[in-house]
Amino acid sequence: MSTHYKLETLNVNVYYGPKKVLTEVTVGIREKAITAFIGPSGCGKSTFLRLFNRMNDYIDGFRKEGDVLIDGKDIYNNRTRVEELRKDVGMVFQKPNPFPKTIFENVVYGLRIQGIKSRRALREAAERALKRAALWDEVKDDLKKSALALSGGQQQRLCIARALAVEPSIILMDEPASALDPISTAKIEELMYELKNDYTIVIVTHNMQQAGRVSDMTAFFYLGELVEYDNTKTMFTNPKDERTQNYITGRFG
Amino acid sequence: MSSATINRVKDQAFKYFGIACTLFGLVMLGIFIGDILGEGLKRLNWSFITSLPSYIPARAGIYTPLMGTAWVLLTTAVIAIPLGVAAGIYLEEYGRKNRFARIIEINITNLAGVPSIIYGLLGLEIFVRVFHFGESILSGSLTLALLILPIIIVTTRESIKAVPKSIREASFGLGASKWQTIRRQVMPASAGGIATGTILALSRAIGETAPLIVIGALAYVPFAPKTPLDQFSVLPMQIFNWVSRPQKGFIINSAAAIIVLLAITFIMNGIAVYLRYRWQRKVRM
Repeated sequence: MSTHYKLETLNVNVYYGPKKVLTEVTVGIREKAITAFIGPSGCGKSTFLRLFNRMNDYIDGFRKEGDVLIDGKDIYNNRTRVEELRKDVGMVFQKPNPFPKTIFENVVYGLRIQGIKSRRALREAAERALKRAALWDEVKDDLKKSALALSGGQQQRLCIARALAVEPSIILMDEPASALDPISTAKIEELMYELKNDYTIVIVTHNMQQAGRVSDMTAFFYLGELVEYDNTKTMFTNPKDERTQNYITGRFG
Repeated sequence: MSSATINRVKDQAFKYFGIACTLFGLVMLGIFIGDILGEGLKRLNWSFITSLPSYIPARAGIYTPLMGTAWVLLTTAVIAIPLGVAAGIYLEEYGRKNRFARIIEINITNLAGVPSIIYGLLGLEIFVRVFHFGESILSGSLTLALLILPIIIVTTRESIKAVPKSIREASFGLGASKWQTIRRQVMPASAGGIATGTILALSRAIGETAPLIVIGALAYVPFAPKTPLDQFSVLPMQIFNWVSRPQKGFIINSAAAIIVLLAITFIMNGIAVYLRYRWQRKVRM
């Protein structure tokens, strides 16, 4: 088994009750790169993404076969503490979901959860995270204001800052820009590009142009199968599978 | 007449019918309150509230039943709120969603509709006789707590359900445990709804008479209760007792006591409405 990959799955099958949603997915995801999962709605790409921080565990009837590895270690064995896992694997969701609290409290939530109480440590961490998420200049004077007063794009960057504050090494993004306007989307993409120097980023997207713009690797899912996985450039210029070609040229989906 | 005209007429007719239906209840309530105020206000003064019971209508006051109601209200709240909220959280957050859970769920909803006198019989058997709490505030409060428990459980579950899934996911995604998520996100977000429902349930409890009669609350107690194990009366029982007396003076007394009871209920409901309003604003912000 190679430890070459940051994230890896081996022959993964996922079921929701009797329904099979992922079939024999084997994939290796590179460290400090952006990997995009694309495919039509219901193809299983979000489910696949959520395997890596075990977010599917809460769904009734969820069952998985095969191995999911992070840094070569199985994250579904009994010794894995899900809370510890999620400190290393941050997640950004489709719709910005800040807590109904202040901007500051949003950013330091993950740290408070860990029991960190020192005002100074929290302040420093909040500033660091907000700067990394390119939000600091816009909110530095309003840290005590409600996060819900921010614009959608700012809220999403706050959610990214909140994830960064816990200092993960991996960030999962589930269609992070699909609810945002083009300008906010561009900011998020720019930010992802910066973050990939330090983080392993996996993004699910509906938006093919987005996948083409930001990602280094692209995986195309269709009906629960990983159809094709390649360099983004290769995939978009020279897809090997007919289904991939049809999808990226917009013939279906 | 064209069909459009007919439809317009029907529309108007229903509008006035609806107004009449709405007014019916309000007018009745208005007449009742007007009647009560007319009779009771002149009797309502500070000494009426602070006087002990008496054979002479003009000297009798509601001090003992008012204190009884206060005691019952507090003890019922102390018993019912933790139990109901904890049960609601368990059922919503931890309980498995299987057939057994559904049976429990349906039963709790049904319990909310059981006549209160049945709860009185249950309280008489269990708290008064088996546990030997006697005809005390404790027995009464435990009985009323059982009575409103289903309402609190259902309210808690509804309020928890209303917390967006995205908030939970965000919390879990940052490494929070289930309890941390409940404690820091779900509870604050649902507290307004839970408080509102709980207050409404309590205001129902203080108006209850039947179960308390069954467990042996008295219409006449010479002194206000000092501990939860003392005998007690409550306002509705005092009202019931006075209404059934022949002397005109006691009828007036009961009208005055009704004003006090209504005032307490209105204040509690007002607090509930206020909390709901504030909570909604906070969630939307």
